[in-house]
Amino acid sequence: MSDATTTQPLSFRRPSGPRTIKNTLAAVYVGVATVLTIVPLAWVLYSVVAKGARLLLTSSWWLQSQRGITPRREGGGAYHAIVGTLEMALICMLIAVPLGILGAIFLIEYARGTKVARAVSFTVDILSGIPSIVAALFIYALFITIFGFGRSAIAVSFALVLLMLPTVLRSTEEMLKLVPDSLREASYALGVPKWKTILRVVIPTAFSGIATGVVLGLARVMGETAPLLILVSYAVGINFSPTADTMGALPTMINNGRDQAPQLPGYERVWAAACTLIFIVMALNLLARAIVRFSKLKEK
Amino acid sequence: MTDTESNVGAAPVRTGEVPDGRSPSSDGYVHSPAEDPTMSPVTEETVHHPHTHTPVPVVTAHHLAPDITRTAAPSPGTPVGRGVKLAKISHTGDRVFRGLASSSGLIIVLLVGFVGIFLLALALPSLLADQDNFLTSRNWIVSGEQLRFGIAGLFWTTVLSSVLAMVMAVPVAVGVALCLTQYLHRRTSGPVSFVVDLLAAVPSIIFGLWGLIVLGPFLAPAAEWLADKLGWIPLFSRSVDPKGSVFVASVVLAIMILPIVTAISRDVFAQTPRDHIEAALALGATRWEVIRTAVLPHGRSGVISASMLGLGRALGETIAVMIILTQPAPGSPFTPSIFAGGETFASKIANNAQEFDTPSKTGAFIASGLVLFVVTFVVNAVARIIAERGQATS
Repeated sequence: MSDATTTQPLSFRRPSGPRTIKNTLAAVYVGVATVLTIVPLAWVLYSVVAKGARLLLTSSWWLQSQRGITPRREGGGAYHAIVGTLEMALICMLIAVPLGILGAIFLIEYARGTKVARAVSFTVDILSGIPSIVAALFIYALFITIFGFGRSAIAVSFALVLLMLPTVLRSTEEMLKLVPDSLREASYALGVPKWKTILRVVIPTAFSGIATGVVLGLARVMGETAPLLILVSYAVGINFSPTADTMGALPTMINNGRDQAPQLPGYERVWAAACTLIFIVMALNLLARAIVRFSKLKEK
Repeated sequence: MTDTESNVGAAPVRTGEVPDGRSPSSDGYVHSPAEDPTMSPVTEETVHHPHTHTPVPVVTAHHLAPDITRTAAPSPGTPVGRGVKLAKISHTGDRVFRGLASSSGLIIVLLVGFVGIFLLALALPSLLADQDNFLTSRNWIVSGEQLRFGIAGLFWTTVLSSVLAMVMAVPVAVGVALCLTQYLHRRTSGPVSFVVDLLAAVPSIIFGLWGLIVLGPFLAPAAEWLADKLGWIPLFSRSVDPKGSVFVASVVLAIMILPIVTAISRDVFAQTPRDHIEAALALGATRWEVIRTAVLPHGRSGVISASMLGLGRALGETIAVMIILTQPAPGSPFTPSIFAGGETFASKIANNAQEFDTPSKTGAFIASGLVLFVVTFVVNAVARIIAERGQATS
């Protein structure tokens, strides 16, 4: 072809010097940026594991609390904090998940494209931008100042609901959008009422995405510290009651011991608590990724 | 007869309405519960019960249509629609479910409204009793009879640390996003993206602990060097106590907002029209020129919006900043330097959380929380507006 249209064969010239240099510089820049991003993660993980992993291998870490243990004493564990963290996250989940899923159903199945949906969507955007300290202050204002309850773990759970809700709602919403309309229409054509279509056809189809959102939301709220500081006091002993005014939690366990001198046994326990927390959070994130991998409904 | 058992709790049994002489296979349908979404949730475990080949007319009748009353038996071959009259579809379930969904939407709206209203209601008395100018004062005297407090100092530290974090994070995040979308092969960019996302999963308390104990001492020589070379600028002036500086807090904040900015920029860059990239390549552009002429212009609004969202996150970050920053002694003179300590809105509130004893004191802290709420709201709103404008024009 080229022989017929041009007298000479096309000669491809390499880009001129400055252009090649710019191109190489850009490639180097993005490479360095990527390494710069991965380094902190590796560094944080290394610090936490190197300083704290030893205690995680002892059984007392998982079975005992810090009752009666001073920073100068060896021993004790994080059982009280793990129980507290899990309990508050679970109570939060019980409220946030139904509310988030129903909210997403409202946005997509009932009010799609309406002004009401836009208004709700806008408030969800606000909610997702609310700093955790503001959510905690709001619950403090509502429950403790106005209703007159004391500080309690359940108040923390309520504050965490505000933080988990947008994650659950947005991921559910995205998945519901991906459910093909033909499935809904097939169901309607069989005479199935809308609510049953949603519960038995739409939600099961979108289940994996919803589960991912819930797991990621859980991972987020478990690491939150600000609501714990404001709404509950840290307890060194084991407490299962969500209405008591003290409860242990991993973030507050870290916060309480952060100023300890490196030679004290308490210092290692702080890092072990950090290691436990990061372990739980990373496990949840990997679980979320596994759910995505095995889901049938994929984006794009 | 597992099948009849499986229908306990399903639609009311209407054995009398079963048409005569009609076997389940005559209409050509296979009535398996697995395909039948009308079954009640009670029968969850029997859904997968394989009974496709058990033709029991009584059972199939409710499987077929709990809401349809048959008025005449359609003889095989006639269209189903002629002999079947649809009647009395119950809307109760729909109404209840719709109500539930709508009220969830309403609850969410109310919740957000309440955040603003309650914070304002509790902050107002203290704001009115404030003897100082709330916006310009640097005092924070909230116990006792006379309230004298203002947010100028908090505002400065909050904005300074967050903006600094954004300035550090955005160029890196854009580089990573470009690397993920334009340089790396799909197979390698997936795991790298996942690692960047994991960075977002690290709880802020752990970043705080790490920043205080590991990163702070590591950055000390760099801070020293910067103060040496640029100390003549007030922003970089040497501080008396270099531990727990805004500088370290900003670096940690930058690391914390990196994944958010990266994720959004990555998504925007990935949506660059294929045509634009190919057109640039066809004109002989190098990879960098493709990025400059096609990818970056397409992603500009997305990157700006992502930076604003990152800024919003940095403004509200509590515990990492609280752990790292050294609280200045009360009454100490104002210093604009990034190598000094300070307090942000969030760290001030968190530091004093156990001292909310009188309403006026609590109100003062809630007032600063309200300012933080308003500031993050404005920043996030600007981010959304920029993102929507960008989508509309591209």
